[in-house]
Amino acid sequence: MNVLSDAAVEKALEQKMTEVDYKMIGQDVSVYYGEKRALFDVNLNVRKNTVTALIGPSGCGKSTFLRCLNRMNDTIASCRVTGKITLDGMDIYDPSIDVVELRARVGMVFQKPNPFPKSIYENIAYGPRIHGLARSKADLDQIVEGSLQKAGLWNEVKDRLQESGTGLSGGQQQRLCIARAVAVSPEVILMDEPCSALDPIATAKVEELIHELRANFTIVIVTHSMQQAARVSQRTAMFHLGLLVEENDTDKMFTNPDDQRTQDYIMGRFG
Amino acid sequence: MTDLTADTLRRTVLTDSARIRRRNASERRFRMLGIIAVTIGVLALIGLLTSIFSSGLSSFRQTYISLDIYLDPAKLDKDGDRNPATIAKVSTFGYLPLIETALKDAMAAKGVAVEGLNAKTAAALISKEAPADLRKLVLADPANIGQTVHFNLLAAGRIDGYYKGRVTMASAELDSNVSPEQLMLADKLKTAGILTSSFNWSFFTAPDASDTRPEAAGLGVAIIGSAYMMLIVLVLSLPLGVAASIYLEEFAPQNRFTDLIEVNIANLAAVPSIVFGILGLAVLINFVGLPQSAPVVGGLVLTLMTLPTIIIATRAALKAVPPSIRDAALGVGASKMQATFHHVLPLAMPGILTGTIIGLARALGETAPLLLIGMVAFVREYPRSPPEGFFDPASALPVQVYNWTQRGDPAFIERASGAIIVLLVFLLCMNLIAVILRRRFERRW
Repeated sequence: MNVLSDAAVEKALEQKMTEVDYKMIGQDVSVYYGEKRALFDVNLNVRKNTVTALIGPSGCGKSTFLRCLNRMNDTIASCRVTGKITLDGMDIYDPSIDVVELRARVGMVFQKPNPFPKSIYENIAYGPRIHGLARSKADLDQIVEGSLQKAGLWNEVKDRLQESGTGLSGGQQQRLCIARAVAVSPEVILMDEPCSALDPIATAKVEELIHELRANFTIVIVTHSMQQAARVSQRTAMFHLGLLVEENDTDKMFTNPDDQRTQDYIMGRFG
Repeated sequence: MTDLTADTLRRTVLTDSARIRRRNASERRFRMLGIIAVTIGVLALIGLLTSIFSSGLSSFRQTYISLDIYLDPAKLDKDGDRNPATIAKVSTFGYLPLIETALKDAMAAKGVAVEGLNAKTAAALISKEAPADLRKLVLADPANIGQTVHFNLLAAGRIDGYYKGRVTMASAELDSNVSPEQLMLADKLKTAGILTSSFNWSFFTAPDASDTRPEAAGLGVAIIGSAYMMLIVLVLSLPLGVAASIYLEEFAPQNRFTDLIEVNIANLAAVPSIVFGILGLAVLINFVGLPQSAPVVGGLVLTLMTLPTIIIATRAALKAVPPSIRDAALGVGASKMQATFHHVLPLAMPGILTGTIIGLARALGETAPLLLIGMVAFVREYPRSPPEGFFDPASALPVQVYNWTQRGDPAFIERASGAIIVLLVFLLCMNLIAVILRRRFERRW
């Protein structure tokens, strides 16, 4: 019988701790669009029940990285991803992975609110229905109500669930999209500039919502607004020209960043 | 300073400079050109419709001579046992004397007479088709024999033409088919209430008729032939076209091969329709051995012709669905097929339907390929009901128009215009269906 040394046990424990702590791990992630390389060996880990903000100037690769996390890049024919990304230790680019299941576990909210041109109820119910999450109509009703409540939209729309989702205001539409993502009970929610099309009041509501969602979900958010990153996130990652410049606690990032480029970007010297 | 600003402002807005005048003039010119273009288009349409309707509308009314005809058993059923076989032996010539007698009696009863006309020439007012119609009535119900039936007999084409302005006393002088005396008799019969005119139902139900009987020619076989072909086109080209478009637009990889397919589809849409006719003749009739003049061949040829139109329209409709909808569906974990069939396809449906109906409408009006596969033949027999009927000889609406315009008797020109009106009404109905379907889909989504 081999008895592990104390040091080895400790190391294993520590590794286990970090494995649990990190919901998603990205190792040497590179992305190519045809011949053009958009991401260079990015190593970025996403912590569980944490809001991670990705910032950086336009075209720096932050949205590209985000879309790697639920393989939305697969829809672009010329796109190629190398490196390794894991979800709970499982390689999501493994050929045995069902990408549809992956997207059910890693949901996404897009830049422009994109509700289906169907009723509010149908918008929410669609995901649970295709994944067979509801056994009965009552179940489904409950999921719809719960999701809308989590998205803080229930009180505004409970009397008009059968009206079209596209008839809502921009802010409401975006919260509807968040409710739609929440309805399939994902573990991670990816948000690609969710507030860029919204006015300040709607933005404040969505940010508040992100705060609340953190308790149950792991959130990765791409944003152009430094203030927003500072307000909603605990961890921030700064991208520049396809490179991950720095990843740190948000507080540290905005007060005393390690990298000069982060400092310059946050101070508004470029970008 | 403020004075200066106000002054500058006033000048830039109100000054009537040459540049502004030129710009305004060009705007006005462009608007005028647009209005002129639209006006020319509308005038051309009005001209076309007026000419078709003025020469074709009269084909929807037909002149009849209504007589009480005694169906003499001595002539129609010599054995007297009402045996259908014996009754069927009596040809249309056996019915002619009955009609002649009936007309003579009616004229005598009303006191109508014209000098220079005997019973035979008087009976020439009645179409040669009338005895056949009467025979059909008897064969359908032999119990009528021995009875006196009231029957509307078709008037001859020249008499019909007289009441539609095609034939005049002057033209009758020179015409070997009709004499002025016969026209006078027709007028008298009209005042006596024997000669009447009513809606021409048989125009829609009767088959084509020979050159000498334009009054009996109808669109029945052509309408059935066209309907069969449209059925085949719809059933084949809609699923094929939509499936091909969905695959090419949503699933196919972008490579040389799909590029080649794309170019070929675009080219196929531009191929003259007669080429499809040659293909139908060479492959479907000569090689596969399908019958000539059959709706199945016409339908297949028109399907080939319609497919590119439907594919192009469907792909455009699919392309017009915003990618954000696909992202949204994929984002909640829908598979590619679910995203396509649950979200993209329903949103593209109005466009697909419009494309399909436009394709069908084009196919309905297509003549050239049908000429090559023998649909131009003279067909008097109705095709059976589907599916056997698809292989029976039939005609088609546009081909019937083409056919009738080739005939010598001016009465056929009227029929051809009437057939064009029927064709236009069908096309209008199809467009109406397209609009209604589009509305319904839009309301649901």
